[in-house]
Amino acid sequence: MKFDFDNVRPIYLQLVEQLERYIVSGNLKPGDKLPSVRELAISSKTNPNTVQKALTELENLGLIYTERTNGKYVSTDETSIQKHGEKYAKVLTEKYLDDMTKLGFTIEQAKDYLNKFGGIK
Amino acid sequence: MKEIVKCKNLSKSFGEKRVLENIELNIQRGKIIGLLGKNGMGKSTLIKLIVGLLTPNSGEITVDGKKIGVESKKKISYLPERTYLDKTMKIEETIEFFDEFYDNFDKDKAFKLLKDLNLDRNTRISKMSKGMQEKLQLILVMSREADLYILDEPLGGVDPATRDYILDTILSNFGKDSSVLISTHLIADIERILDEVIFIENGKIVLTSDTDTLREEKNASIDEIFREMFKC
Repeated sequence: MKFDFDNVRPIYLQLVEQLERYIVSGNLKPGDKLPSVRELAISSKTNPNTVQKALTELENLGLIYTERTNGKYVSTDETSIQKHGEKYAKVLTEKYLDDMTKLGFTIEQAKDYLNKFGGIK
Repeated sequence: MKEIVKCKNLSKSFGEKRVLENIELNIQRGKIIGLLGKNGMGKSTLIKLIVGLLTPNSGEITVDGKKIGVESKKKISYLPERTYLDKTMKIEETIEFFDEFYDNFDKDKAFKLLKDLNLDRNTRISKMSKGMQEKLQLILVMSREADLYILDEPLGGVDPATRDYILDTILSNFGKDSSVLISTHLIADIERILDEVIFIENGKIVLTSDTDTLREEKNASIDEIFREMFKC
């Protein structure tokens, strides 16, 4: 797994977001076992305590669960994962619309542009 | 005991010059702590007091509840700023030497880490590059099963790849109940692995904080906060 941080925002929050993205996007699938705290610390080059804090947060969000003595797994509650996906979709859509209206386009125009260019990749 | 190091009202002078003044410091177990300050602010002096290379003029230091002495030195593995290895020795001889010298030295671990570096154990230290010597020294220090690892400027003058190697080695080799104290002025390179920071300025501790809390409060990186506080 790859991680990318800026040093400005709390590192644990950035870890939460990036792991959340791995889960929402399906790169980590429901029921997948997560790497250990130490492995995650080394691959993300962060502190084990920071990783621990991020995992606790993900557990509170219901995205992962702990199987006693056996490690941590991605939640099998696909509805909950989907809800987190929707949260991301909302944030990204709002950002797009915000950027477009700041540039002087109307919401209607922004939608038209989506239709016009959205298919091209 | 939860605290591995406690400093109470610690002061140190060299002649007329006050180098450290009324230092109050507690180091908890299981943390990586950055001791951050510009050059000449007292970082190395504070470290030398904790490892017992210098004695304070006043105040008290305890390591795991005991005064500085033979016992405290067993608990601390120290990487000094300057190399102290005998350059005429081969790598293998150096490892044997450490093994004989320290009860808690894990020889197998040292050889394993050495192997990861593709270093031949028969190489003489004088034939190794500066970066390689620094890596070897870090391996020696991290191969001791200590309660506290104190690394004085481990990143001074190393290239980015070596820096990554050093950070990885620190992260993968400190135990759950041990702590790491790293002094540096190269904050941006290292701030991500720190639990806590201690800012030291003119011999005084001016700030101690949890790193993520500090980022959240100031909405800035530790490096930026440091630069802002200590503008020349």
